[in-house]
Amino acid sequence: MNNVIEADQLTKKFGAFTAVNQISFAVKPGEIFGFLGANGAGKTTAIRMLTGLSKPSGGQAVVAGFDVYRQTEKIKRNIGYMSQKFSLYEDLTVSENIQFYGGIYGLSRKKLKAKKAELITNLHLKEVKNTLVRSLPLGWKQKLAFSIAIMHQPKIIFLDEPTGGVDPVTRRQFWEMIYEAADGGMTVFVTTHYMDEAEYCDRISIMVDGRIEALDTPKALKQKFQADSMDAVFLKLARG
Amino acid sequence: MQPEKNGKSIIINGISKWYDKKVQALDDISLTVDRGELFGLIGPDGAGKTTLIRILTTLLLADKGNATVEQWDVVKDYRSIRSNVGYMPGRFSLYQDLTVLENMQFFATIFGTTIKENYELVKDIYSQIEPFKHRKAGKLSGGMKQKLALSCALIHKPKVLFLDEPTTGVDPVSRKEFWEMLKRLKAKGITIFVSTPYMDEARLCDRIALIQKGRILGIDTPDQIIADYDKPLLAVRSNHMYQLIQDLREFTATHTAFPFGEYVHLATSQSITTEKLEEYLQDKGHEQLEIEPIAATIEDCFMELMSQI
Repeated sequence: MNNVIEADQLTKKFGAFTAVNQISFAVKPGEIFGFLGANGAGKTTAIRMLTGLSKPSGGQAVVAGFDVYRQTEKIKRNIGYMSQKFSLYEDLTVSENIQFYGGIYGLSRKKLKAKKAELITNLHLKEVKNTLVRSLPLGWKQKLAFSIAIMHQPKIIFLDEPTGGVDPVTRRQFWEMIYEAADGGMTVFVTTHYMDEAEYCDRISIMVDGRIEALDTPKALKQKFQADSMDAVFLKLARG
Repeated sequence: MQPEKNGKSIIINGISKWYDKKVQALDDISLTVDRGELFGLIGPDGAGKTTLIRILTTLLLADKGNATVEQWDVVKDYRSIRSNVGYMPGRFSLYQDLTVLENMQFFATIFGTTIKENYELVKDIYSQIEPFKHRKAGKLSGGMKQKLALSCALIHKPKVLFLDEPTTGVDPVSRKEFWEMLKRLKAKGITIFVSTPYMDEARLCDRIALIQKGRILGIDTPDQIIADYDKPLLAVRSNHMYQLIQDLREFTATHTAFPFGEYVHLATSQSITTEKLEEYLQDKGHEQLEIEPIAATIEDCFMELMSQI
């Protein structure tokens, strides 16, 4: 099967500073891919290129079948994005948020109506559908934000530190939703600096100073670095 | 009066707090922290961690109960508490337009001291950011801001240090360094009361309180909390993780099945043989099975305790 993300020597320079330095990797459909790195390692810059928000300085990348130089609008239509910092409009109700994003994603009126009913039922939000998102517990917001971000059935969902701060049970419900999406063939691209979150991924890449220094399954990385946790792997890599 | 060396540093007795008379943030919290202890308050967002720390640092009044810090009452003796504790709030709250040095001088001055007087205490941490002392605080990296905030919270040589989620949003390297700094501060005899949403940090504390929805789920040493977990626990993995979770939940002996990274942690209501489980999962079509008995983590304990309230 074709890779859904392919980066080849992808590079981004800001003046004399190379933020992303010739990274190459490929992600398969339905894979949960963890994209790790310390603060300032270049993760955000790399993601901005992959999501069509920033033009690379060099190298190639194809995301969801589209070129990151010439087809950025098509990329944006075929991906979903969710971060803990920005996801839903707090001043809109649950129902309004679904309506709003459905409109942005270009869902037909009929499809949107069906999707809204489905989301509200599956997430058990019937009682609060007319409540402002602001007053929902964090865990509910995250589950809703994820569901909305994949409402248009994108080929790839980008998750930027998705589950910080929620209780352990809700966090697992969230990861089960991610597993379910991946099980249905959606590719999940997760950035996080919480290593226990990284252990949920099929494969993980670790960026250090603009380069990908390691890329493998969590199990193989732990073996390679003779570490008992991803945290230990990360520390060995980042501290050199 | 010189307080006794091995006494209690913090005593919390039946503290409750409501917001707007309807949202209960804290529900009858009681706990004590020994002098010189590194005590962790562990729980997710919205558990009440910040509320409790703000009550102890005299920034918020409880609706019920009482508390003392170094034998001072949090209501009556708030002035004494304020001059004897250090507080590092969750949100970066230094003056972004002042330089590193100016921030330090400011905090030293309002506490009636100088950087020089207590340099020994902050040296370990402050020396790491001193090369940037003329840089504005707002221009520092996340890790450096954190070090500056900690230095400012320590400049008046507090007896007790309150840290509200100091490692939230910080990368693993800086997180590890931060905990190493706390250990060294503890060695200097400072009582440390730290909150965190990260369960893996529990192991770094002398004792912890697990908190959820304003209630304490358990207080003990991390080892004892783990020892008290009484269900047989297995780590299970197969070639099809999503299906595995569903199938494990259908298994007759299952108490809970939660994804834990590469594995699913299966707690059973009675002891079962791994062969029996293996057979069941093979019948369901799972391959590359791995099943092994494991010890609980703090997170397993937290979830089990959550289900009991």
